[in-house]
Amino acid sequence: MTSTLADIRARDWRALTRRQLFWPTVILVALLVFNLPFTPNFFNIGLRNGHLFGSLISILYFGTVPILVALGMTLVIATKGIDLSVGAVMAISGAVACRVISDATDQNSMSVVFTAMALALLAAVAAGLFNGFMVAVAGVQPIIATLILLVAGRGVAQLITKGFILTELSQPYAVIGGYAFTVPTGVFIVVGFVAFTALLTRRTALGLLIESVGGNAEASRLAGVRSRRIKMMVYVFCALCAGVAGLWNSSSLGGADANNAGLWIELDAILAVVIGGTPLTGGRFSIGGTVIGALILQTLKTTIFTIGIPAQANMVFEAAVVIIICLLQSPAFRARVVALGRRGRPSPGPQPPVESAAPATASASVEVAP
Amino acid sequence: MAQDAPVLTMTGISKDFPAVRALDEVDFRLFPGEIHALLGENGAGKSTLIKVLTGVYELDRGEVELDGASVRISNPHHAQQLGISTVYQEVNLCPNLTVAENIFLGREQVSGPLIRSRRMRHQAAELVAAFGLNIDVSAQLGSFPLAIQQLVAIVRAVDLNRANADGRSRTGVGTKVLILDEPTSSLDRDEVDILFGVMRRLRDAGVAILFVSHFLDQIYEICDRMTVLRNGKLVGEHMVADLDRVGLVRLMLGRELQELEKLEEHDLAGTGTTVLRANGLGRKRSIAPFDLEIGAGEVVGLAGLLGSGRTELARLLFGADQADSGKLELRGEPASLRRGPEAAIARGIAFCPENRKEEGLIPELTVRENIILAMQAARGWARPIPRDRVDQLVNKYIAALDIRPADPEVMAGSLSGGNQQKVLLARWIITSPTLLVMDEPTRGIDVGAKAEIQKLVVSLAGDGVAVLYISAELDEVLRLSHTVGVLRDRTLVARLTNGPDLTVDQIMQTIARGGQS
Repeated sequence: MTSTLADIRARDWRALTRRQLFWPTVILVALLVFNLPFTPNFFNIGLRNGHLFGSLISILYFGTVPILVALGMTLVIATKGIDLSVGAVMAISGAVACRVISDATDQNSMSVVFTAMALALLAAVAAGLFNGFMVAVAGVQPIIATLILLVAGRGVAQLITKGFILTELSQPYAVIGGYAFTVPTGVFIVVGFVAFTALLTRRTALGLLIESVGGNAEASRLAGVRSRRIKMMVYVFCALCAGVAGLWNSSSLGGADANNAGLWIELDAILAVVIGGTPLTGGRFSIGGTVIGALILQTLKTTIFTIGIPAQANMVFEAAVVIIICLLQSPAFRARVVALGRRGRPSPGPQPPVESAAPATASASVEVAP
Repeated sequence: MAQDAPVLTMTGISKDFPAVRALDEVDFRLFPGEIHALLGENGAGKSTLIKVLTGVYELDRGEVELDGASVRISNPHHAQQLGISTVYQEVNLCPNLTVAENIFLGREQVSGPLIRSRRMRHQAAELVAAFGLNIDVSAQLGSFPLAIQQLVAIVRAVDLNRANADGRSRTGVGTKVLILDEPTSSLDRDEVDILFGVMRRLRDAGVAILFVSHFLDQIYEICDRMTVLRNGKLVGEHMVADLDRVGLVRLMLGRELQELEKLEEHDLAGTGTTVLRANGLGRKRSIAPFDLEIGAGEVVGLAGLLGSGRTELARLLFGADQADSGKLELRGEPASLRRGPEAAIARGIAFCPENRKEEGLIPELTVRENIILAMQAARGWARPIPRDRVDQLVNKYIAALDIRPADPEVMAGSLSGGNQQKVLLARWIITSPTLLVMDEPTRGIDVGAKAEIQKLVVSLAGDGVAVLYISAELDEVLRLSHTVGVLRDRTLVARLTNGPDLTVDQIMQTIARGGQS
């Protein structure tokens, strides 16, 4: 009877570890706990200056940009595409918003702020339409098509800022990158966007059609899927996410820096998507996985600061941890580690196939017994 | 063929997968210098047995002896080293490399750091010529028809062991066992002859050939011995000469051939109003302008050799390729398919492509998602089919078409060929098409599934669906069609009305002579 229970438990455990979000969640929790010996108050959350603060809060705060950008990237990657221009789109969006606000006579006017945001997002959507057109209509490979805006987009942003770092002092605009109801506003934005994306893809048929286009483009075409329209939509959505991230970024900095806003964010976003379990080969995607993936990366960056890794070793340390995460995520690698562990123990029989077959039959008979 | 000892003996082979026992205590022998057919329906365990033999799967129980010595085959590379070579149904080569490069891929001849390209080209040319092929080995593999690619794969597999055998034996090839998994499914009769010539030559050199095919004619033409599997169990090993076809099919199916016989009653008489009329429809370098009419409830079969334009014709009717001449009328109204397949689907046309894997199925989506895909695509992304409606439709057709496993949440890519085909059929049937275009729907699937699909075609036609049915098997075309269109050299050369006097021979003659009948 105990063996039966143990058996059921083992089976549940196996089923659990096969869940898509299992390993990303384990890694995130492990990374958070790892901080505890170095920063005993890591999990503490306090109230200061009328808003929450603490390590967890700062992870959420700075996680806004990577989560937003990775969210859009997830859908693009699910169609077997990629969008390298997200950082540049962030820069454009921030530049447009700050230009409008800093040119206004009354920076605190709500109408000015809303106009600025609307124009910024419109610019982002235009960038997404360009990417979508290049990929879906012109048939350019996504990596090349979006490389154009990766380079040119920053140029456009610099034209908008006229080569300066544009600063603005608008108080309403500062709320986006600040706090609302003691919580970072970014958290509301992220929760809203994640919920919206989940609804959009899983409550409509969009998710199915995206996965079908990414899984087999030609078969999808022959099944009547309008893949052009689907691709157009995901690139526009991705640019929109980057645009919002650009607003948050410029708001929290109080200005637009065309050269540095969102620099290298495309790499973090792609990494977050992959860590979250969406393969670069397209097809199945996981929104929850992407959110956890982005949180893992942000936690890692925070960890590097809190445990006091020397600044010049930052990049190397981050890369090393990312490699370990990717290895842990790989089923082939885990299987090999498990096999190594078994081989290490004294083996009872000379013939491995018989040995591996025996427990399988034993458990099968136990399952039948009750 | 005097046989002394088997080169390969498999005893009590068992292999379990989650929820299924794929192989159950199967015994299998292979003698040197014989061509041995492995037979069974889809899911009988043929592929699993081959994968155990080639080291893709590890066996759970049982023993494998090669040349009398017990071996444990750990991976495909190990199998090759032991002298077991395999050529799979799908060509696993690189179409972007040349024929010569493909033949020597992974064991290029080098001097120092440099590849000896010219020498490899010469050797490849010799090898290819020895197999009776006349092709340019410095051309890209992808520029040849699938059939040639298949033969190149065999050249490669056999040659591999010749290279390994260097030093050991000078007389024969190093390949002890050559496994050919459905090698003929995309070959023309001429090409099959070339392949059989090669197989006989290898057999006479002492190679044991394991041949898997769904074409019973070919089994009886080339094989010496056969092993039949059913539901993962061995049901018999016979000399081919000792077992006739009916007996063989009975062994494979374990039941009488009622399904196939029932089809003979299929009414070939009345057809309804014209659904499709093509006038001079054509596409340059693809298919010459043709006229075609299909009525409601009518099955039009297309016969012709590989590359005769069967598929090209079908693709024009579905808008998968654009016609550059002629007119198309659907139910009496001029129709343009300029917007591609979605326009065709909107007009009630459905298309099961020849290439299930590349053009039909989305392997990483579930059976449920694959079945509803076309219907959902037609509705657009914003109008999802309600979940209970989806479940009802999917469950209905999984049951009606006997899709196995009967689990809508299983990945479509993990299904066997016959079941994948049924999923595709279900995808189109739920869209209630008025014209169903089927390109080789029964290719590479077993007799049982084949009978079911044929039955389905008959019942759809009975419900008034117009069907265009393409098959390389003339028997099948003849059995199902009211009218048989014959294609030759990318031209529709004849339309024969089916009746008691139309025979396979006549169709063949039309293909050979090119019309006028």
